[in-house]
Amino acid sequence: MRHLSRRAALALGAGSAAITLVGWSKSASATPQAAAADIAKFTAGATPEQGKISIELPEIAENGNTVPLSISVDAPMTSNDYVSDVLVVAEGNPNPGVGTFHFTPLSGKAEASTRIRLASTQNIVVVAKTSSGKFYTAQKLVKVTIGGCGG
Amino acid sequence: MITRREMLQVSAATAALATGAGGLSRAFAQQRLTQDDLTRFDALGNVTLLHVTDIHGQLMPVHFREPSVNLGVGEARGLPPHVTGADFLQRFGIPAKSAAAYAMTDQDFTALAATYGKIGGLDRLATVVRQVRAERDGKVLLLDGGDTWQGSLGANSSRGQDMVDCMALLKPDAMTGHWEFTYGEARMQELIKSLDYPFLALNIRDTEWNEPVFDAVKMVEKGGVKIAVLGQAFPYTPVANPRWMMPKWSFGIREEEVRAQVDKARKSGAQLVVLLSHNGFDVDRKLASRVDGIDVILTGHTHDALPEVVTVGKTLLIASGSHGKFVSRLDLDVQDGAVKGYRYKLIPLFADVIKPDAAMAAAIAKARAPYAKELSRVVGHADSLLYRRGNFNGTFDDLICAALLKERDAEIALSPGFRWGTSVLPGAPITVEDIHNATAITYPQVYRLPMTGERLKEVLEDVADNLFNPDPYYQQGGDMVRCGGLGYSIDVSKPIGQRISGMTHLKTGKAIDGAREYAVAGWASVNEGTQGPNIWDVVERHVAAEKTVRLTPNASVKISGI
Repeated sequence: MRHLSRRAALALGAGSAAITLVGWSKSASATPQAAAADIAKFTAGATPEQGKISIELPEIAENGNTVPLSISVDAPMTSNDYVSDVLVVAEGNPNPGVGTFHFTPLSGKAEASTRIRLASTQNIVVVAKTSSGKFYTAQKLVKVTIGGCGG
Repeated sequence: MITRREMLQVSAATAALATGAGGLSRAFAQQRLTQDDLTRFDALGNVTLLHVTDIHGQLMPVHFREPSVNLGVGEARGLPPHVTGADFLQRFGIPAKSAAAYAMTDQDFTALAATYGKIGGLDRLATVVRQVRAERDGKVLLLDGGDTWQGSLGANSSRGQDMVDCMALLKPDAMTGHWEFTYGEARMQELIKSLDYPFLALNIRDTEWNEPVFDAVKMVEKGGVKIAVLGQAFPYTPVANPRWMMPKWSFGIREEEVRAQVDKARKSGAQLVVLLSHNGFDVDRKLASRVDGIDVILTGHTHDALPEVVTVGKTLLIASGSHGKFVSRLDLDVQDGAVKGYRYKLIPLFADVIKPDAAMAAAIAKARAPYAKELSRVVGHADSLLYRRGNFNGTFDDLICAALLKERDAEIALSPGFRWGTSVLPGAPITVEDIHNATAITYPQVYRLPMTGERLKEVLEDVADNLFNPDPYYQQGGDMVRCGGLGYSIDVSKPIGQRISGMTHLKTGKAIDGAREYAVAGWASVNEGTQGPNIWDVVERHVAAEKTVRLTPNASVKISGI
């Protein structure tokens, strides 16, 4: 495992992955373009394929300040074919980078859970990198509403 | 499978009782309509499902006018249940002015109400349940889709106890819920503990450990068939209702969990999988298209009353109406783990036709006794029909908004688009019971606060998206928020942020100024600590002052993009 800080370890819901949390010091440019730039940096410009990733997020957030997120990537996780890194970005947050999960074959499964903060209704984009240098992506829209008026 | 033609013959049984005119005397109509006609059913197969849902605290028969506007968007556009009025009658082959037309649509409602009387009452329901159980010994499952414990003065005052006590006599096999949660976690657990049947909710986890809070499934054998009943509570309860009332519980559609539970049920030998759902019809239609292996979805939440089964692939969707007006009977022939045939009837519980069950009638009288005097107290009179149900306006909400504007000296009033709330006929007294039937919630405080025009636009856009998002999984709410003193145009086909235009302050006729603050009064805020008088007291004061209430048709919302 790389980049494992105490803070990152504490932030984990699942025990088998490490996460690099993005600092809060970047400038607040809330745009899908900033998210796209983060992704392009992660993939070194490659266009990821759709698929392999399952994202568990509510369609509508009950509380935008702490939205449960689980990710799993369909991968053999053998020494010559595994998912090494999973990037999570929130397109509409002032700082779109949520974090990167890091895995090794010893992780067994490429799965992780955490809670994220969402400023508004937006797409959460997940990009997975495999040991052979392939990239996969998936996204899900999460609505953050004013609430009330139900039923 | 039986043919569509056969099914129509069954479901249209009440339609055949068309009287041909709405002006028949009540006595004559009652002679034409018998209990046998209403409950007649050509039994089929080895399992019978009886389904009630969204009773909303109504122990007694009610007048409830079905919606005149119920728009579907996206893939649901124009499909049942988004068919109303004359289109509904035509689609289902129901004659105008018939008993079925009165029960299932808004058409000629006032005239037909005089002819056919009230519908519902748990004592009438008890009679039908008993009759079906006797006829189909050992084959019957009775399932309650929830929104049972809330919606009346008695339910609110007893915090659900009156409904729990009376429902117990029906001996349901399982229930799920939504408004039940607004009594808070502790009261919910207390009431559930007292039930002889499980409260099912596969989609609720605790916020701390993400562990299930309620049973997901009830496995039961009926007619020699092993049946799995899965329960799905209203997925957006903590969004649509106050989250602070259920802070430790997290909901959601949780499609993956539904799939996992269906697979688990099948693996443990279930030959029939039933989802007792409070998702709302369009959510269930989408769910059925994405999750394999559900034989029947008993839908709820959206209060739709459909005389036919809607099929999605191999899944049968049932919509059993609301306020205790109907009970659904679905007979199934289950062989080798598959539904080989079915027959369905939506049975309207005409109160003047179905004999009340004596034990239930006594229980209802006992439950109502502490409030009897208050319930029947007359506050004023209705000079025009008061109703709520519909996507945009209801005259009862216009009355509530008028009360908010006047009693709270506001420029604009906001009233939630709840789907529950009974109707009051023209000429009838408006009682305390009627007012509470439209307002009985556990967070009834009327707020008064300044809101900018921009914020009002945001609220309207937000609520509109909860109703008209083309993806039903993103539809959170009830009908559109009702406005007093504010007119607007809405294009339901547009995305969020672009649906609402032409917002007008009706009193001055001026366009709403985004930067200006308006004095807004409303109720049912989901925020903790909201201060103000109770909504039912505000409405009562207004009705008492007005004495006679006459609401003219509300033309302040202009709808397009249908």
